[in-house]
Formats: sequence, structure tokens, C-alpha cells
Amino acid sequence: MKLIQFFIIAVRSLLANKLRSVLTMLGIIIGVGAVITLTAAGAGAQASVTSLFQELGTNVVYVQPTNPEAPGMARFSPVFALPTLTLEDAAALAAIPNVIGVAPTNENFVEVTAGSESVAAIIHGTTPAYQQAFGHSMASGQFLTDNNVSSRARVVVLGGKAAEELFGPSEAVGQRVKIKGQRFTVTGVLEPKGGSFLGFSMDNIVVVPITTYQARLFAQRSASVTEGIQSIAIQLTSAEVKDEVIDEISAILRQRHRLAEDDRDDFMIVTQEQVLGMIQQVTGVFTMFLSLIAGISLLVGGIGIMNIMLVSVTERTREIGIRKAVGAKRRDVLLQFLFEAAMLSLSGGGIGIIGGWLLATLISRIEIGGQRLVAVISPDTVVLAISVSVFIGLVSGMYPAIRASRLNPIDALRYG
Amino acid sequence: MGMVELENVTKVYRMGKLGVYALNGVSLSIREGEMVAIMGPSGSGKSTLMHIIGCLDKPTSGRYVFNGADISRLSDNRLAEMRSKELGFVFQEFNLLPRANALANVELPIVYGGGGRRRQHALDALERVGLKHRARHKPSELSGGEQQRVAIARALVNNPAILLADEPTGNLDSASTSEILSIFHQLHRDGITVVMVTHEAEIGAQAERIITLRDGRIVSQ
Repeated sequence: MKLIQFFIIAVRSLLANKLRSVLTMLGIIIGVGAVITLTAAGAGAQASVTSLFQELGTNVVYVQPTNPEAPGMARFSPVFALPTLTLEDAAALAAIPNVIGVAPTNENFVEVTAGSESVAAIIHGTTPAYQQAFGHSMASGQFLTDNNVSSRARVVVLGGKAAEELFGPSEAVGQRVKIKGQRFTVTGVLEPKGGSFLGFSMDNIVVVPITTYQARLFAQRSASVTEGIQSIAIQLTSAEVKDEVIDEISAILRQRHRLAEDDRDDFMIVTQEQVLGMIQQVTGVFTMFLSLIAGISLLVGGIGIMNIMLVSVTERTREIGIRKAVGAKRRDVLLQFLFEAAMLSLSGGGIGIIGGWLLATLISRIEIGGQRLVAVISPDTVVLAISVSVFIGLVSGMYPAIRASRLNPIDALRYG
Repeated sequence: MGMVELENVTKVYRMGKLGVYALNGVSLSIREGEMVAIMGPSGSGKSTLMHIIGCLDKPTSGRYVFNGADISRLSDNRLAEMRSKELGFVFQEFNLLPRANALANVELPIVYGGGGRRRQHALDALERVGLKHRARHKPSELSGGEQQRVAIARALVNNPAILLADEPTGNLDSASTSEILSIFHQLHRDGITVVMVTHEAEIGAQAERIITLRDGRIVSQ
């Protein structure tokens, strides 16, 4: 018998019992759909975070203060960090060969107001080198200048989103805003970068000179203590010189902090790769967890198919008897049921992919706190989900099909 | 030498540890073109005998030769081919596929046995039983007599030399019964060998020869 005949018989049989076919497919549809949607959401989260940090470039290293006395990993936590880094440290690091720019940066949350509009933003206090180190280009106006820093000027550069929320489509440069009750002049607006990290859009920042930040906005109560620097971004001429520059930074800071030979560092040097690695580890666990849930639903769908196939073969024992009585061979019966199982799982998988894709697209439309979770469907996942569903269909169809094909026609006819 | 030759055929069913003889040493011969009725009380083994002649079941021992070929030695696949091409079988319960229409049911032996012009052969067979106009109807839309005629068309579609019918009128009213029987007589006149099982003496009397079974043995033929 030709394969096309099996195909026709299988289609007829599936159409003849639509409810059963649909219910069987439903398990696979939900399973495959869940795999596609969840992995797409996970991959999307990973991609958006990764792209954000990849833009920063590989030729930047960061120095952050630590607490050498804190136990274990707490030593590296910003929560326990001592204010060991100073602006003077940053200035000293600028003298290292192959260092292009040094951007000591502090950050905090502030409310920025302009007239009746206000926006909650992340404020960065930094130096002109920040622009290049973090890869910002200007939408209008200009970035901070060395002059701004040395004069503790009340000037601010707005992130694209912050500018839009405060001033709408009208020009922000030259306007006044209020931060912590003080008037600031907008000198520039950053080009929006898109992307976000942990729910905060990187375009929702405002940038002021580090000196202004320290002296005017977040001044220490006791004037004798210099406010520490939270992070120093150091831009290098190229990624190749990274190792020697890191050694140099370490040597200079240890000397400046008067650390003895066996003292621990009171700072840490973090590279772009390390940051990216940590973030990918976190989102990777997240994606794996989602995939696990999706895998379980696919498995449940498979068990559903197996269940229905068993019931269906038993229920159709008489049909098998009739077919064998008029000349169907063992192979014919086997292939008929395998075809049915394969078609059920294939079409279920197909619908599941479409459904999952629609759902993933829908998810991409939803904004959570001004942030879009872009779902990314990978072809690997699609291929995997389809192969798993067809595999499950065939395996679960195989056992009842073999059982059915072995029946003696008379025994099968007597059934039911 | 007859078309159907049975030599000392037995069929034993295992019931737990006991073996039950459904057929106990049956020998018979049916010539080509004969019209034979197999009769006997319930449990006499007449259906089992028909299943063996129809290649639906294998004898436990003994020899069955059909048209000179030893059937008792054939593989399952060869038996399936016999069923689709050489023999036509009609059941008491019609045994049509409920979700397929009359035409598709009649086509089935050609689907499995191979061969072209399926639709044409199936329509011809339906015409032979006077049901060409009902080709697109499903079994549930047909009367019992019509369903049995579809089953006969299915048995005839590959032009078998022999038609085997196991209580073909057992589920039918008298009008349908006489319809079916007149079809059998017509087929017999066309030269087809007809063997039917019945327990009604009236029907048996219409055959040329009656084989009577009791307790798995032939008591008269």
C-alpha cells in the first residue's frame, strides 16, 4: 500500500473523531506553546540585559571600593564597602599609560522637576570621561566639561527619557530644572540607548559634575571626611593592554592607600567580561528555570497523547478487526496508527509554535514600568519542541499500534 | 480435487488449563461452483469452520488446501493477501467501518490488496448488489439489508472465486433475508462458489448441499 493511502486513512480517521483529535493535540499545543513562550521570554530578558552591557565596550575596567574586614563574600558587597576611593585616587589613575579617560562616578536617586512636571531619575555625578566610557552620544547640547567639574557648576545633562518626560518635544537645552531644591541648567540631552537593567531604563538618568554631586547635592555632614567614590570607570586605549593596566591600577591604589604587603585590597577591579558573565549567569538560571517548567508541560502533553492513543487503539479494536478481515497486513495497521500519532503530534506542535509565537509577540508588547520585555524566539527551541512532540507522538503511538497489529482478526472482531 | 479441501482439521481453544475442541477432526471438500450450507446447533463449531475456510483463523492441526495451495502453512501476510484477493467474507454483524461511506467500505480490500481503478471496481460491485445509488451513504444511513448488501459488495470487489457468509441473514427481517438470498443465488448462477452458515432450515434447504456439524464433528454431508 502506498504511503499516500496511509496519509488519507489517517486524515479521515482523525477528522472522523474531531473532539478526540483536538483534545489529544491540546496537550502538545500547550506543551510546545509553553516551551516557545517561556524560553523566548527568558532569552529576551537575557538578550536585552546583555546588549545593554555589551554597548559599554570591552576596553573599560571598573574600580570599586570594598571592605577588607568584612567576612567572606560580603567583602565585595557595595552594602559593606568603605569609602576608600577618592577623587584624588581617580586623578592618579589617569596618569597610567594607555588610559584614555577616568570617570569617577557616584549614583543616587533623585526627583527632578521642571515646572509642574517631575520625574524620578538615577543621578550620576561624574566627569567628562563618563561620556566616552559609557558610550553616550549627544542628542543635543554638550556633555559636562572640565570647567563644569572644577567650578562645581549647577549644570545637568539629561537622559533621553528624562528629557522627554520633563519637556516633551520642546528643546530641553537651556531650560532650568530643580534637583533637591536647587536650580540646574540643562546643557545637553543624551541620545536614547534603549534597554534597561532590573527595571530601570538607562535613558532615565541625569548627569551632573562629580564635584557638584559631592559638595552641593550629597554633601557629608562632617566636612573633614571626603565622600567616597562609588565607582571609577577607566577607559583604555584597547582591550589588549587590560592586564598590565589592571596591575598598574592595583599597584598605585595599594601605594596610595598605604596598604602593607599582606593587607587585603580595599578595592576591587572589575572588567566588562566579569560583569557580563555575572549577569548572564543570573539570567541563565532564570531561563533554565523557565525551560524546566516548559519542559514539564511538554512532558504532560506527551503523556496525554500516550493516554489517548492507548484508549483510541483499544476503542478501535473492532475497526482493526474489520480492516484485517478484508486484507490489512500487520504493517498496514501499524503504519496507520503511527501516521495518526505523528500527524496529531506534528499538527499539535505546529499550532503550539504559532500559539507560542503569538504569545511571545504579545509579551513583547507589554510594558512593565516603562520597560519592554522583548521575547526572542530561537530556531533551536522551535526545532527542539517539534522534535520532542513528534518523538513523544511516535513513541506513544508505537506501543498501542504494535499491540493492535498483532491481533488475530477474529479476536479483534469479537472485541466490543 | 475440490476448491476447498479440509483434512482432519482441529481447532482447540485454551480455557485456562483445559483445551476445548471447537473442531475435532473435520474433513470436507467443496467443489468449485457449489452452493453449500453449513448447519448445526449453537456451539457446534460452524463459525470456527467458516473462519478457518475464510483464512481468518488458523487450524490447530490438520491440513487446509485452497485451490491447491496449503493454507495451513502460510504466513500472516500471505493469509491477509488471501483474504483481500481470493476470498470474500460476509459477517452476520456486517462489520462495516461506521465512519466511512459505502463506497469507501467497498474499496477497502483493493486498498489493502493493491490494484488500480479502485473507485470503478467499487461502484461495479455496488451495482451488482443494487446499491450504486447509495454509494455516498454511511452505514448508519442504510437499513440492515442495505448494510449487508454493502458488505457483500465489499466481499465481491476483488472478484474472489468463493464467497463465505457466516449467518448473513441472522440480523435481518424476512424481506431483507429474501433479498440477500436472491443475490446469493444470482452469484451462484454467475459461477461463484457460495458457502453459508445458517441455523434456519428454510435457508439451508435452498443450498445444493448441507453439511451438518455437531460438537465439532461433521455428522452429515
